[in-house]
Amino acid sequence: MTEKTSEKTLIPAAHTEPVVFTRDQLDWLPWLEPMAEAALTPRHITALVDPPRAKSDYFRLLARDPDILEARTRTDKDIFYNTVGGAPRADRELAAAATSRLNGCIYCASVHARHAAIYGKREADVDKLLHEGVSADLDERWNAIVAASVALTAIPIDFGPEHVERLSKAGLDDLAILDVINAAAFFNWANRLMLSLGEPATTA
Amino acid sequence: MTDVIDTLAGIAPGSALDKARNNRPEARKHAQASYDALFQPAAFGSFSKLERFAVAAFVAGLHGREETRDYYTKKLEEAGASPELRVVVSGEVMNGHSSGPYGHYPHGPLTIEDKEGMTYGIGASERHVLGPRLSAAFEHAHMLVLHPRDAAPPSLQELLNAGWSTTDIVTLSQLVSFLSFQIRVVAGLKAMTARAA
Repeated sequence: MTEKTSEKTLIPAAHTEPVVFTRDQLDWLPWLEPMAEAALTPRHITALVDPPRAKSDYFRLLARDPDILEARTRTDKDIFYNTVGGAPRADRELAAAATSRLNGCIYCASVHARHAAIYGKREADVDKLLHEGVSADLDERWNAIVAASVALTAIPIDFGPEHVERLSKAGLDDLAILDVINAAAFFNWANRLMLSLGEPATTA
Repeated sequence: MTDVIDTLAGIAPGSALDKARNNRPEARKHAQASYDALFQPAAFGSFSKLERFAVAAFVAGLHGREETRDYYTKKLEEAGASPELRVVVSGEVMNGHSSGPYGHYPHGPLTIEDKEGMTYGIGASERHVLGPRLSAAFEHAHMLVLHPRDAAPPSLQELLNAGWSTTDIVTLSQLVSFLSFQIRVVAGLKAMTARAA
């Protein structure tokens, strides 16, 4: 290992900090030194799963531990992109956006609010969630998904059979309910990395 | 092959939930691969097995779910933790007990949503048992678990000053964040089982 003993956190260049939840594209600036692109070995490239992620500071920072990065990325992709049965993409993205809204991850919320709005074709409802927060009244199916995400995100965890029942009554089958649980749980992972290893910035 | 989520959620092979989970085979496989990468890596490097399970027992304890708390407490014991360390870890779970998520937003329209909460710190005698690395890790982990939106560079600098390398901080952050996922998947699956019963 060539780690120095007195490493310092990074000071991001001058930027504008977003102060509201938004569907706009944001940047993310790291507080710790990502790997240099030139230092990425084939193992790191494999761990990124999508090679273009080598351009991202976030993923090159996580690439410092390639094994957990790769496992995390493959978990993420199946939870959100495996559309064989289960919940439509929009429902999963909504769970991710609601979780991010509650935890307070402006960056994560921006990405997944965009996806939820696009896949669900429901820009107004997604904006309502962003502006009013997780108590926003959408429709029963989306209210049930947001409520489930909130209960799962709270500490102590408040998610119980009543949330499963409400999702079921709203028309979600077992696999769809599992998708919502996975999506909300996964964003409790993603939010913590995004919030604690760097900060969002508005794009010029 | 062991699947920790199945074990903790009590999912029997062939059950309805087992079948549902099999419809997301990559998520299932790599949730376990994530556990393996963090807790049974090819090489522990400078973030020791004992440290990993000490942080895990603390984080699982803060979540208050019996099944995962007991699992990681036992793992900490198996990793060779001294009775003294185990007592301090359980004591810190009680000292750090709180409800979340809370924390602050950037100053502006969201400021009215700021929610005050505990700023956790480790006492002198406990710090003596935990040592500087684990003390810094517990303080960081508490923030990540309960009020992640308060994260800021000084917390990372505390870890660096306590002897954590940048790479080890990435692994530590993944470990705490992964547990935030795993514990919730288990809680979700248990609720599905309870409703079906």
